[in-house]
Amino acid sequence: MNALKKYLGLVWIVLGPLAIHYLLQTASSEIAKKPGTDTMIQWGVFITVFYPIAIGFILFGLYALEGNYDHIPEKSAELVDYESKPL
Amino acid sequence: MSDQDKTKGIWKVIGASSLGTLIEWYDFYIFGSLAVVIANQFFPKTNPTAALLSTLATFAAGFIVRPFGALVFGRLGDLVGRKYTFLLTLVLMGGSTFAIGCIPSYESIGFIAPILVLVFRLIQGLALGGEYGGAATYVAEHAPVNRRGYFTSWIQTTATLGLFISLGVILMTRHFLDVDQAKSIAKFNDWGWRIPFWISSLLVLVSIYIRLRMAESPMYTKLKSEGKTSVNPLKESFGHKANLKMVLLALFGATMGQGVVWYTGQFYAQSFIENVCKVEFDQSRTILIWGILFATPFFVVFATLSDKIGRKWIMLSGMFLAIISYNYLFTSLYNIADAKQKTEIVVNTKIETTVKVIPNSTDSIRKVVTKSYFTDGMNMVSTKTDTAYSTPGKTTKKPAVAISKTLSSTDYWKMVGIVFILILYVTLVYGPIAAFLVELFPTKIRYTSMSLPYHIGNGVFGGLTPFIATLLTTIYVDNKIVGLMYPIIIAAVCLVIGAVYISNRIDPEVDR
Repeated sequence: MNALKKYLGLVWIVLGPLAIHYLLQTASSEIAKKPGTDTMIQWGVFITVFYPIAIGFILFGLYALEGNYDHIPEKSAELVDYESKPL
Repeated sequence: MSDQDKTKGIWKVIGASSLGTLIEWYDFYIFGSLAVVIANQFFPKTNPTAALLSTLATFAAGFIVRPFGALVFGRLGDLVGRKYTFLLTLVLMGGSTFAIGCIPSYESIGFIAPILVLVFRLIQGLALGGEYGGAATYVAEHAPVNRRGYFTSWIQTTATLGLFISLGVILMTRHFLDVDQAKSIAKFNDWGWRIPFWISSLLVLVSIYIRLRMAESPMYTKLKSEGKTSVNPLKESFGHKANLKMVLLALFGATMGQGVVWYTGQFYAQSFIENVCKVEFDQSRTILIWGILFATPFFVVFATLSDKIGRKWIMLSGMFLAIISYNYLFTSLYNIADAKQKTEIVVNTKIETTVKVIPNSTDSIRKVVTKSYFTDGMNMVSTKTDTAYSTPGKTTKKPAVAISKTLSSTDYWKMVGIVFILILYVTLVYGPIAAFLVELFPTKIRYTSMSLPYHIGNGVFGGLTPFIATLLTTIYVDNKIVGLMYPIIIAAVCLVIGAVYISNRIDPEVDR
């Protein structure tokens, strides 16, 4: 299972940039199709909110690839003792 | 404290928390449900700046401000306590809802009106971002270990019940302002729409009174007395890998899929019935009301089950069922109302044409209303409006056509049945999620850590479902159900992540 978690990490790392590319491409074609403030705002909001989420997705993939999800804490209390391990 | 002692006082805790959260959802939804009326009052389409503010109010409140509210109030809740934080969110939500109901129209005070609406709508979004995490945390921290799912499920019912009540209040107000239905609707569109906003303030006052009398969460109180509360919840939640990885897992393995299933089952379903199936205003709403009424108890059922078998597979089964059946269920909704699949009673068809001359012009506005009746009991009103030009040979290129169908009783209940199934999926994914999120994070940063993935999952992924789904239907015009691609893909990715990475174990100790 841990091997699968790691391999899938690669998939998530690739999916992140693909999602950003698709979003930017669709946004530019939709704005070109219907140029106007409303369309710009809508797509501006989409990009603003999805861009950091896609980066979070890449980070998730990276953590998976590094084996950070090999052990999932069984108690939330396990997370209390992380002070010594900042990012 | 023994589990029995805890159970005794918990109904008070649930009552106080749920009522406030219910009101906050109600407040948030009435704005959305009355978007068209509000737009006419405050955001005239003829004025581009007002229209711009309208778009901002719609998008910003749901998608940007909610996660910010989660951060602002989550941090506050971990620093000063749950009780006062979610009391503050209630005051902000109630105050801004009441204020929206009092703002004079654009015609009376000009630009100040849409600006005020936007400001109060943003405050609503902020408050909602802070409320849910507080209420779920507060209840879970009072609940006995083995019944955390059951007790938090009452909080989970509030989002759906808030929608239910907002639809009910709007429908009732719309029809009870005058004996003559047409006049009643006209009065509602003119000033009656304010009533649902004012009703909220009474409910908020009661809820504030109840919440003021509640004590702080015992786990938080214990932590505070030991001096172990967080000094920087944001840094501790998102600045440390051990916790950040769990925030990301909660988002991509649970709330992301839960959010799209939630919004597809309730909001997109209603929008699909009204705008794609063309079912008339009242029926499209009462179908949802019945669906919600029958399905809501299952929030408690599935959350209780999650106390016994774990949260993970219940939530993931909701996503799985949604993925494999959405196409079939939405196609069925479309077919039920599809006039092409019915036999028209042609002899009963009535066509009325009215022509109104445009002032200072030789052209006229022509309106053709066709009333069709079908053997199964459905009737359809098609209103075609175009310009009749005096110049020979000149015609309107694209006449405006509005269709409104009234379903037969059998078809109506068939739709209720399908919507019930869609909301049943919502209860599977949403019922256990509060307990799941609470158990994922430690007490000192729980409010902050669980609020953000919840509001990104629901506000961003879920909230965008109707927009993206509708957008897809405008790109691929021939496929009526192409909009479902978005929730299906998101739910599928979430299902895989959840199945592979999430643990099904229930945390017995959440008090650290």
